[in-house]
Amino acid sequence: MGMTITEKILAKSAGRATVAPGDNIWVNADILMTHDVCGPGTIGIFKREFGDTAKVCDPEKIVLTPDHYIFTEDDKCLRNIDACRQFAHEQGLPYFYDPADDTYSGVCHLTLPQKGHCRPGEIMFGTDSHTCTHGAFGEFATGIGNTDAAFIMGTGKLLIKVPATMKFTIRGTLPAYIMAKDVILRIIGDIGVDGATYRTMEFDGEALATLSMDERMTICNMAIEAGAKNGIIAADDVTEKYVKERTNKPYTCFESDADAEFYSKHEYNGEDLEPVVALPHSPDNTAKAAACSDWTINRAYIGSCTGGKITDFIAAAKVLKGRKVAVDTFLVPATVEIQRQLTTETMDGKPLIQIFREAGCIDPAPPSCAACLGGPIDTFGRLNSTEVCISTTNRNFVGRMGSKSASVILASPLTAAASAVTGHITDPRAVME
Amino acid sequence: MATSTITGKIFVLPDNIDTDQIIPAQYLNLVPTVPEEYDTLGSYALAGLPEGFPPFVEKGAVKTAYPIIVAGRNFGCGSSREHAPISLGAAGVKAVVAESFARIFFRNCMATGELYPVESSQRLCETLKTGMEVTVDLEANTLTVDATGNSYPLNDLGDAKAVIAGGGLFEYARQSGMI
Repeated sequence: MGMTITEKILAKSAGRATVAPGDNIWVNADILMTHDVCGPGTIGIFKREFGDTAKVCDPEKIVLTPDHYIFTEDDKCLRNIDACRQFAHEQGLPYFYDPADDTYSGVCHLTLPQKGHCRPGEIMFGTDSHTCTHGAFGEFATGIGNTDAAFIMGTGKLLIKVPATMKFTIRGTLPAYIMAKDVILRIIGDIGVDGATYRTMEFDGEALATLSMDERMTICNMAIEAGAKNGIIAADDVTEKYVKERTNKPYTCFESDADAEFYSKHEYNGEDLEPVVALPHSPDNTAKAAACSDWTINRAYIGSCTGGKITDFIAAAKVLKGRKVAVDTFLVPATVEIQRQLTTETMDGKPLIQIFREAGCIDPAPPSCAACLGGPIDTFGRLNSTEVCISTTNRNFVGRMGSKSASVILASPLTAAASAVTGHITDPRAVME
Repeated sequence: MATSTITGKIFVLPDNIDTDQIIPAQYLNLVPTVPEEYDTLGSYALAGLPEGFPPFVEKGAVKTAYPIIVAGRNFGCGSSREHAPISLGAAGVKAVVAESFARIFFRNCMATGELYPVESSQRLCETLKTGMEVTVDLEANTLTVDATGNSYPLNDLGDAKAVIAGGGLFEYARQSGMI
């Protein structure tokens, strides 16, 4: 019996020839990521359990990247960043991206790949449910809580259960108006927000192979919205090119065997896909964008680990170039690198930032998670009242972006930008020639 | 938490109660390992529920009157924030009985030892009502309504029970010689 990519990675890390779904195994973590929201609690447990003067098992394996509540006056949030900084200094952590200086990067899930921490075949744990993003690099990556993270900090290991794998094959080609966000929202709509609970979502197919790393990350990022333990895509030339430009550490590429056993198999044709949205208040409440034009919106938000990458801003700029937004449009680049690209990337000779300004968007905020998860009351773009916001983020539960009275509609950057232009949910084909 | 029987009032919730409803993100500035902030997290447990639910924790109180939550499918979906089981545990919740759990929430219950996440084999959230007094028996794997004696089967927690009873991952790892 063959194994899936996920099973092969877990078996290698556990030092075993094979593993099967349901096995409980100890694996070695290659990277542990934590941030300002869960870092201080993780550090607190680490010190309580291993002692005040304990040292982390391997500083090279820890990435500490404050990103959630950075640009706020909230004193507890600022204290939490200080706690991360103090721990990074006392432990001599080489990968602390400090909001106080030019090492600051921004959202953890774009910082990790951009700074070379994502490598095929490895095991990454992170105190953030969207850690599954990094499966886009052909590695096993999953979200954990503070206690598990503190255990890894001290021991480098974690006991986990091997998940069964659901396979999603995207055949054919994706039309220009279809983005990765449409693919993953369609899948979540089909299987539901608990359709992959405890399992792996593995993605492949010709259409998928044509996607950039940014787009592949969007797909794996939202595996958690179907309840999955991890999302994963086999590494290929696109992956290796991205990785080699950012790290010289060795890595191993795995593929699922032809006779690997899958929990289920699902096939889609790229040509059949349509721009979709997830209506309030659940990521599986999906509908074709074209069928939702009676939904009036009064805000658009382009940002987050899911939808604040440079490809997301390029997509939005394609729609907004030469047009005007009809609603308040908030832009939050995920990282400093992406923030810089807003001025260096051009479309017909114009920097993206100029396109957005001419379209009437609010000037972009500095990189952070910002209003994706609401946050402190002074957070940029936070929904504080009864707003109806179309957003490139990943979750639209009640109160997710702030007020319980607000409504969030999830969409691709193309659909979000098209809707910003018209003021109601709009299929991007309706505004683009 | 070395008890196999939990008794008290239930608070009934529907499907897909996500971590933003359990503990809204604006309270994630609180650090669970700081004792007074742990208590404050308890006071905000389920503060993100939409309008229409009775308060889970009365204004000004730190503890809930409902030590048992009965819910539908996919309880605890969303974020990996350990603040979620901790806020419930800090409020005095001993068990959540749901048709199913989101993976990270279940795992965090086990790792922290805060509360028992127990699966019911039947859909109880449409049968039982908030305020009913029940007994959850983790040995017999039953939930019994005290007033009527009606009893409903629960799935066995398996290995997780010993980990939670032992106080969570670290205590369990020490007892079994892993660390």
